Amino acid sequence: MSEQVFVLMDHGQGQIRSTSWETLRMGQLLAAETHASVTAVVLGHQVRQLAEQLASKALESVLCCDHPKLTQYDPDTYCAALGQLLEAEQPRLLLLGHVYQNIDLAPKLAASLGTGLVTDCIGFKLQGEELLFIRQMFRNKLNADVAVQSATPWIVTMQSGAYSADELQEGQARLEERQLSLEQVSARRRQLEAIEGMKGSVDLTKAEVIVGVGRGIKKAESLEMIRELASLLGAEIGASRPVVDNEWLERERQIGSSGQNVAPRLYLSCGISGAIQHIVGIKGSQCIVAINSDPNAPIFNVARYGIVGDLFEVVPALIKELRAAKS
Amino acid sequence: MKIVVCLKEVAGRDTRYRIEPGGRWIEESDLSYEINECDEYALEEALKLQEKHGGEVTVLTLGRSRAEKSMRKGLAMGAHRGTQVIDAEGRATSPHAIAAALAGALKGEEFDLILAGTQSDDYSYAQTGVILAELLGLPHATIVMEIDVDTEASQLKALREMESGWFQWVQLPMPALLTIQAGIAKVRYPSLKGIMQAKKKEIRQIPLEQLSIDWDSLPKVEVRRLYLPEIASKAEMLEGDPSTVASTLLEKLKKEARVL
Repeated sequence: MSEQVFVLMDHGQGQIRSTSWETLRMGQLLAAETHASVTAVVLGHQVRQLAEQLASKALESVLCCDHPKLTQYDPDTYCAALGQLLEAEQPRLLLLGHVYQNIDLAPKLAASLGTGLVTDCIGFKLQGEELLFIRQMFRNKLNADVAVQSATPWIVTMQSGAYSADELQEGQARLEERQLSLEQVSARRRQLEAIEGMKGSVDLTKAEVIVGVGRGIKKAESLEMIRELASLLGAEIGASRPVVDNEWLERERQIGSSGQNVAPRLYLSCGISGAIQHIVGIKGSQCIVAINSDPNAPIFNVARYGIVGDLFEVVPALIKELRAAKS
Repeated sequence: MKIVVCLKEVAGRDTRYRIEPGGRWIEESDLSYEINECDEYALEEALKLQEKHGGEVTVLTLGRSRAEKSMRKGLAMGAHRGTQVIDAEGRATSPHAIAAALAGALKGEEFDLILAGTQSDDYSYAQTGVILAELLGLPHATIVMEIDVDTEASQLKALREMESGWFQWVQLPMPALLTIQAGIAKVRYPSLKGIMQAKKKEIRQIPLEQLSIDWDSLPKVEVRRLYLPEIASKAEMLEGDPSTVASTLLEKLKKEARVL
């Protein structure tokens, strides 16, 4: 039997998450290059319908693990469940999306199995026989090729957006149930209520023009010029995470994976380096302009127009031009 | 309540990284170092919990001997004592290895709570805290934005950050380990008095070799090559003095992109 690549399919509200579809695509590509087979894994309770959705993809099989104890996520139960499945099936690799739940789960799973874990990867490559995983390091400024030497399965989490779910190959997959015995597992962590923290007065999702401000603004007082620029452009002000962490702006204005996703006509970013968590929140923008002092800032990779320069010079110059145009 | 905070020292935010000739790591000479951002937030939260519930805060680090400077900053912010595992040869680089060393350093220590940053600004694996919890047999929660401790019941509630602006409360028995997200609290600056006191506070130094780690049994995760990413940028770069780029940009936004 050929080696197997397993992909854990995360879901919520009866839907498979987009990052899992993307990760499944990575599984197909990796399997094709390494002559392996791909198996999608669904964990949960009453998830048969999700497993059926996967049966029309080009996969070896879909494993559906249904258990009442898997109704809600907790690390003890999910780790025990995946541990059991992996020990029984012995795949070479387990791929997961690098999402909040798996950031919580994957290191525990790897530690309990004593296997290698590479997190937040953006790709893979084969160098001779060796499989390497590509990931960003040092504040996303450098890429690294990472090798694993350990017992299998190696566990790998994939950054959202690294692969395109649209390219998933259709086909047919064998749908199989797997019984897990979780009666002995007692979850130490209990899930309480979920709250929507961003509910506030600011809805950036419908804004036509947004001025985004990042760490480069350096202090709250400097936001005055950003306010003036925004007002001249008829724009809302949005922020990257460090700006709200420093309490320079309210959290409702945060854009990105833990904030709002925006899709304005124009997104003018000032002093934002472009961490992936921010980029995912602005990729729906029609036109992105980046002003940043670091020519290597990743924000320039998604911008249509870029200005390498000091925002404390460029923003006042923009204000002057806009004022002149008004009068 | 006894709280341990894991601090990592990382190259400063404004570092222009250069890659060393072997291509596997950055040039470390001439870099300035600082406490990893999430870890500093973890320390701030620990100090707040200690102020509310009493007890003491220990900072724990693994790194080169130069990391003592970051330890002293943690002590100046208000931590009571420090434990520093000295990895003179830079051997513990994978999260499994770092967690094994930290677990070794905590052997025999009493604690109710361990706080670690969610991820580091160098490797950004977001693994070490959770692996440490597993090695110590502790329950954990990651990406925490608020903590509510019930010392009498010896349990806590933690607010985990989730996708798209949602948060999830979870309840854990103590002792427990939490990984802290940036922004949990406003980080204090060390006071002059704090800086003076920090000089006299105890730092227990443990050479890594003393922890008798079975290196061969640990999964190996190694950086084979470190490189500048290919520039995928299709951005049109506007050049010139500020007023030139400002007028060029506005012109292009109006006439070319038609978004103004």
